[in-house]
Amino acid sequence: MTVAAPPSRSLVNIGLVRAHIAVGFLFLVVAMLAGTLYALQFNNIYPFPGIEILSPGRIRMVHTNGVAYGFILNVFLGALYWVVPRLTKRRVADDRLGWLIFWVYLFIVLWAVVGILSGFAQAVEWGETPSAFAANGSWLFPIDELVMVGLTLIAVQFLVPIFKHGSKQPMYVSLWYFSVAFIWVIMTYAMGNYLPEMVPGAGGATYVGLFIHDLVGLLVTPLGWGMMYYFVPSLLKKPIWSHAVSLLGFWGLAFFYPLQGVHHFIYSTIPMFAQFGAVVSTVAIEIMVVTVFINFFMTLRGREIAPVVNMPIRWFYTGMVFYVITCIQCAVHVQFWAQEFVHFTDWVVGHAHLIMFGTFGFWLIGITTDLWPRVLGKSRWKYPTLHEATFWMCTIGLASMFISLTSAGLVEGFLWKSLAPWEASLESVRLIWMLRTATGLLMYAGVLLFVYNMIATARMSEAEAPQPAFAPAAD
Amino acid sequence: MQIIERFQFIFLVAGIGFFGLAFFVSGIVTVNAVSDLPYTTLEEIAEDVSPYFIALEQQYPEQFEKYYPGGPTSENYEAALLLARNAYIAEGCWHCHTQQVRPVANEDVRFGPVSTAAEQQHELMRPQLMGTRRVGPDLSRETGLRSNDWHAAHFYAPRSVSPTSVMPAYTWFFDGKQPNDRGIAMITYMQWLGSNVEEQQ
Repeated sequence: MTVAAPPSRSLVNIGLVRAHIAVGFLFLVVAMLAGTLYALQFNNIYPFPGIEILSPGRIRMVHTNGVAYGFILNVFLGALYWVVPRLTKRRVADDRLGWLIFWVYLFIVLWAVVGILSGFAQAVEWGETPSAFAANGSWLFPIDELVMVGLTLIAVQFLVPIFKHGSKQPMYVSLWYFSVAFIWVIMTYAMGNYLPEMVPGAGGATYVGLFIHDLVGLLVTPLGWGMMYYFVPSLLKKPIWSHAVSLLGFWGLAFFYPLQGVHHFIYSTIPMFAQFGAVVSTVAIEIMVVTVFINFFMTLRGREIAPVVNMPIRWFYTGMVFYVITCIQCAVHVQFWAQEFVHFTDWVVGHAHLIMFGTFGFWLIGITTDLWPRVLGKSRWKYPTLHEATFWMCTIGLASMFISLTSAGLVEGFLWKSLAPWEASLESVRLIWMLRTATGLLMYAGVLLFVYNMIATARMSEAEAPQPAFAPAAD
Repeated sequence: MQIIERFQFIFLVAGIGFFGLAFFVSGIVTVNAVSDLPYTTLEEIAEDVSPYFIALEQQYPEQFEKYYPGGPTSENYEAALLLARNAYIAEGCWHCHTQQVRPVANEDVRFGPVSTAAEQQHELMRPQLMGTRRVGPDLSRETGLRSNDWHAAHFYAPRSVSPTSVMPAYTWFFDGKQPNDRGIAMITYMQWLGSNVEEQQ
């Protein structure tokens, strides 16, 4: 274990960690507002009807892209500025480059929102950010081109210290994941945002499928597990259970994950051999995922109380439980017999929320719970007990959203197959969609409490901090 | 053994190698299997002007003359299809409507002939708009299913013709209550979708 070397704080640019996390949660608040508004459209009570730039269809893209690029990537960047120098014992490539990336990235996300709302979105799921070269693009919004440059700068920023550290000696598990994530995302982003504009129909769909899957699997997932391999042992103060299982999990993910994108288009016009191959590799990766899951839960052995008393650990392990549920669900619903009736339904929407919020959202909130007071130089949160409320609102909200969307998906799928009139499928899930809005509001309220706590902690003077109920571990 | 935990090995084998392998196997090989199918450009599609486009000139003569001067020519038809396809992307229509009929779940009974890779090899499917979610029905067999008037009413106020719909009203496709350039284009596009399939059979 090389984590938490004593002089590490001087290696870290605290300002960058703070700025990325703060902006990330700002975008989370915006993106969840967009998601809530979009849910209201399904209840026919959308508050801004007839306004072109606030059309629900455009708001939906702000929701998904805002969460992916605004929240998840920003907070991950903040955490990377904290973790990578500690694991490599080196500063990142350049601090000025860091601030350049921060401001350019902030501008890109804001400008992408403007571009999507004014009607220059791209027809790539999770990649709706406008491109100058897209069919519906404009030179006013060269977002994808700027992102390509930005991702390259991010890769340089973190791969330089990782290379210096890891080219002559073995690296810690987290750095395996980080080493590949930055190069994977550059290739994935180029593939997904440009090839579908050149290749029509089934061929283009193949690349879109690979992009949808790789963006989650080759960027968010490796960054997420890399963070877990750092934060869980350092907070539990014990090593990961099995190094061999860590190896198995990493190489299994690296080999099988990029192979399965076509499973987003089962029974489509994409050649069947590709669909069969995607299903086989999808089942294969779920086996790999279970090994990682076992590794982390065996690490918890002897510290079973930790998720109760340690808030970040609780967020992490709850996220892992949601992760394994998502993955087992995936191994089942990727089968052809299941795709017949769950494809195109709300089932898929439930699945997406479970992984993006339930796992990666929870992990990032957990990381922030640990890091936020530290990067502010505070000994504790202003309202440590408020975390309980945030946790239970998010957990209950997300679990009930998952159950409601999954059941809505089953209702829709079977009604469609039964050849009932289309209206029946909408009429039957009307109440479920209202429940979905309510569960979303519960999650949103939880996140707002967390952000309020962040602001209050930032504004708290150290003098008014009496007895730390939840003290972050000393460095 | 320790070599597999070093940066160079991980970066080259997992980062570049496995991604490249998957890109080749899932991507290039798959795309190559459908790349021989004949491709139709938008200009070729627009050679035969749809009767529904001609009818729109009769139904909304002032609006049509204003936005598509010269009448229902191939050039205007092409411009309308392109404008509508871009609006279809911009509004995120493809997030709630698919353009593919699968060979399962009785979809051929509900919507029409099962989609083929050949029918999707045209410029309006570049980028592809197959979709991954159905809140509303599939649109790939929409041609002739409903009248121009139905579409105009539906875009302006979806629940006036489809009471259980959750589709937003696209009032910005209209000047007052008359369809504008995008409104005429969207109706034209809806009436075009699937018309290339009937020709193939």
